[in-house]
Amino acid sequence: MAYSNKVIDHYENPRNVGSLDPGEPDVGTALVGAPACGDVMKLQIKVGKNGVIEDAKFKTFGCGSAIASSSLATEWIKGMTVDQAMSVKNTQIVEELSLPPVKIHCSVLAEDAIKGAIADYRKKQEHRQEERSENAA
Amino acid sequence: MTLKLPIYMDYHATTPVDERVLDAMLPYFRENFGNAASRSHAFGWSAEEAVEKGREEVAKLIGAVGKEIVWTSGATESDNLAIKGIAEFYKDRGNHIITAVTEHKAVLDTCKRLEKQGYAVTYLPVDSDGRVNPQAVAKALTDKTILVSIMLANNEIGTINPVDEIGALVKARGAFFHIDAVQGIGKIPFDVNQSHADLVSLSAHKMYGPKGIGALYVRRKPRVRITPMIDGGGHERGMRSGTLNVPGIVGFAKAAELCRLEMADESSRVLALRERLRKGIEARIPNTVINGSLEHRLPGSLNISFAFVEGEAMMMALKDVAVSSGSACTSASLEPSYVLRALGVAEEMAHTSIRFGLGRFTTEAEVDYVIDLVASKVKKLRDMSPLWELAQSGVDLKSIQWGAH
Repeated sequence: MAYSNKVIDHYENPRNVGSLDPGEPDVGTALVGAPACGDVMKLQIKVGKNGVIEDAKFKTFGCGSAIASSSLATEWIKGMTVDQAMSVKNTQIVEELSLPPVKIHCSVLAEDAIKGAIADYRKKQEHRQEERSENAA
Repeated sequence: MTLKLPIYMDYHATTPVDERVLDAMLPYFRENFGNAASRSHAFGWSAEEAVEKGREEVAKLIGAVGKEIVWTSGATESDNLAIKGIAEFYKDRGNHIITAVTEHKAVLDTCKRLEKQGYAVTYLPVDSDGRVNPQAVAKALTDKTILVSIMLANNEIGTINPVDEIGALVKARGAFFHIDAVQGIGKIPFDVNQSHADLVSLSAHKMYGPKGIGALYVRRKPRVRITPMIDGGGHERGMRSGTLNVPGIVGFAKAAELCRLEMADESSRVLALRERLRKGIEARIPNTVINGSLEHRLPGSLNISFAFVEGEAMMMALKDVAVSSGSACTSASLEPSYVLRALGVAEEMAHTSIRFGLGRFTTEAEVDYVIDLVASKVKKLRDMSPLWELAQSGVDLKSIQWGAH
């Protein structure tokens, strides 16, 4: 498979590989894909008080484009607000990395991972709000 | 000696042409360029002589006689000619064909086409070691069975089928036996009589000969008939028309001669290198699985799954080493290898398989380089694998509810 230089760059020098503590209240975690399909992405975000994503980390089991898509996703969403990150589209990833049609599912997975991490973060926040209001009452 | 990169470890896909083969071929592009079918002048006679000598040489490698060799363009054509040729010629005798799920596509897709034409095909499963069980063949044989097609050795995993036993069972029921012997010939001993073969597909480029030339062995005693697929000038006793590829045939013959003379030494040398690679990888990297029987395996073959590391990503990491993978990501279909699935290898493990193919020109220095490279890249990729992280922290991956994809 002939990959674009950007895919190769992200594959060889992946940005933001690692893990954040999923137990922290300001960390959102997503684990998407399936081992049987050959792609699994874990993407995590750490959100500041102002709603800005301060840090993002990923680990990916998958082909070169899956690794590049998740690496690019973490790079992009760092510094975005949660709402801005929600609007990142897989087609932007396809365009940036010049992914061939057969690899579009990798970008879909990366979009799912961003949305999943945000959903997890928001669920935690709602849970905390409820706890706070319960405590107040 | 410095190591030359990239390193070729994909000998199942093709092999480089041996210098001695190329030297033998060159005069047949230059002064001896004649058409072997030209009966009226010296150019034709010299070409014909080379072709007939080539027939004897290729035949000798498999225990046959020259007249039983039909030249083709390669093994895909040989497989097609054998299976379609028998099916058509003997259609009044029966309509049932037996093959195995791990066969090459040239056999499987030919059988599928025949199914559309009304033939019944049994696709035998294989044991978990990747081999066809002779008893499964025996059970599948019926009075309607006209042909059984089983490969000598598998192209993806290198496992060797018990063709001698299978052939005896097929003969006892009066069916014809075709062997796609492409991967085994020149690497392990093979004899058309011991295996009771009626038809055998061969290819030159898998045994250090040129691409574009192959052969089909067609037994003469007792005589096996096939309907030709290509009509024309009636070359090859009517079984395969078309002007012969004389330089290719000369190269194929030289390659066969070299295999016959050097196979014993070469196989033990290549096996030692393969074992060095296997043991080196297993000593350095945990959680690896060899796919297919280790005992019944071609000397230069190693198919290994590196758990938690996707095959295509692994191949990208090994960019200085030419290997191949059973991962879906290497195919357009996004399905992992049908051969590995047939062995019962779980899909997630099939995605992590790498095929190493060693051969005549592989060196110890190359093997050692590859061991080091594989060890460091597997570590790097596992460090960024969420599955490795989960497994290391004691999570059973099967306990996770994975999404559909």
